[in-house]
Amino acid sequence: MNSKEMREVPAYTEFHPRWYRKRVSTYWWLWKWSYLKFVLREISSVFVAWFVVVTLALIAGLSRGPEAYAEWQAWMRLPVVIAVNVVSFFFVLVHALTWFNLAPRAIVMRVGGKRVPDAAIVGANCVAWAIASAILAWLVLRGG
Amino acid sequence: MEKTIKLEVTRYASERDAEPHLENFEVPFRPDWVVLDALNYIKDKLDGSLSYRWSCRMGICGSCGMMVNGEPKLTCATFLADYAPGPIRVEPLPYFPVVRDLVIEMSDFLRKLEGVKPWIIRKEEKPIREGEYLQTPEQLDTYKQFSMCINCMLCYAACPVYGLDPLFSGPAAIALAQRYNLDSRDQGAAERMGILSQHDGIWGCTFVGECTKVCPKNVDPAGAIQQYKLSATKEWFRSLLMPWGER
Repeated sequence: MNSKEMREVPAYTEFHPRWYRKRVSTYWWLWKWSYLKFVLREISSVFVAWFVVVTLALIAGLSRGPEAYAEWQAWMRLPVVIAVNVVSFFFVLVHALTWFNLAPRAIVMRVGGKRVPDAAIVGANCVAWAIASAILAWLVLRGG
Repeated sequence: MEKTIKLEVTRYASERDAEPHLENFEVPFRPDWVVLDALNYIKDKLDGSLSYRWSCRMGICGSCGMMVNGEPKLTCATFLADYAPGPIRVEPLPYFPVVRDLVIEMSDFLRKLEGVKPWIIRKEEKPIREGEYLQTPEQLDTYKQFSMCINCMLCYAACPVYGLDPLFSGPAAIALAQRYNLDSRDQGAAERMGILSQHDGIWGCTFVGECTKVCPKNVDPAGAIQQYKLSATKEWFRSLLMPWGER
C-alpha cells in the first residue's frame, strides 16, 4: 500500500467564488412605509418613558409638600412641557394600539379545539383598556 | 406588433464586474406569464448567460425567490400583468452574498436551519413493533401552519434585523424550530430553547413583522417568534419560582 498519501486527509475548502455583499444603508428604515411605521412604534417607547418621568415627578412633588406640588404644576404649565405632552400623548396612543394589534401574533388561545380569531383578542384587549381608562378617569375626575 | 414589457435584471459576474448592474430586456407581454417565464424567455432567446435558480414553477420548491420591484417574491407566482406597463425590476434577494446575476449564496441560512434541529427529537425511541406515534387532528393543527415553510428565504430578504445583524437566526429557522416544539411527538423543546433563547435567537427579533407579510405560504414566522418568546419567558419564571422543578 502506498501508505502516507492515502492516509492524509486534505483540508476541505468550500467552493467560494468572489461574492458581492452589499452593506445595509443606515437609512434602511426610510425605504418602506412599513419599516418607518416599525421605527415610529419603537420610538414611541421613549414617550412612554417620558410619562413615567412626569408621574415620578408628580409623586415626588406630592410627597414633599404643597410648595413642591405647586412647583410641579407650574412646570406642567410651561408651553414647552405642554407641547411635549401633546406629542407624547399621541405616541403613547400609537404604542398602545400597535401593542394590542400585535397581541394575537403572540397569544394563541384555543376554545373548543379552534383558534380564537385575531379580532377577538384585539377586541378583548381594547375593551380591557377602555374599562381601565374609564375607572381611572372616574377616580381622577370625581373630586373635581 | 406583439406587446412587450421591459425587465431590468441584475447582472453580476465575479470574474468581470466589480459590482452588480442592471441590464434591460424587452420580453413579450403575455397575461398568463409570470416573472419566471420572462426570465426563461431571456435565457432561451436573448442571453443564455443569465443565471438564476428555479425548479418546480408552482410555489413548492422555494428556489425562485427574488426581489420584484423591491419586494421579495416567488417569481413563479408573480404575474407580469400585475406590473404592467412596467418596467419590472428583478434583483437577487438582499442580505445574502450574490454569487452571480440573481443567484445568492444560502449556506448561512442552511447552517442556521440545521442549528435549530428541525426534526423530531425523542428522549427514547419506542420500538417499531409498538407502532407509529399517533396524533389527533387537533394536535396536527397546532403546528401545521409552521410546517408549510418551503425554505424560500423571502422572510430573510424582508427582515431588516437579519440585514443588520447576520448572526440573527432569522424568521424561517425559528418558525421551523417552533413547528417541532409544538409537535406532540417531539421532546426536544428544551434542547432547542437552549439554542434559541440566546441573543441571536428569538431575542434578536424586534418584531418588524415583514416576514409574515411576504411569506408565500402564510407561515407567520413573526407569530412563531413571539409565541416562542412568550414560552421562553414563562419557562424563565418557572425556573425562577421552582428551581427544583423538572427542566
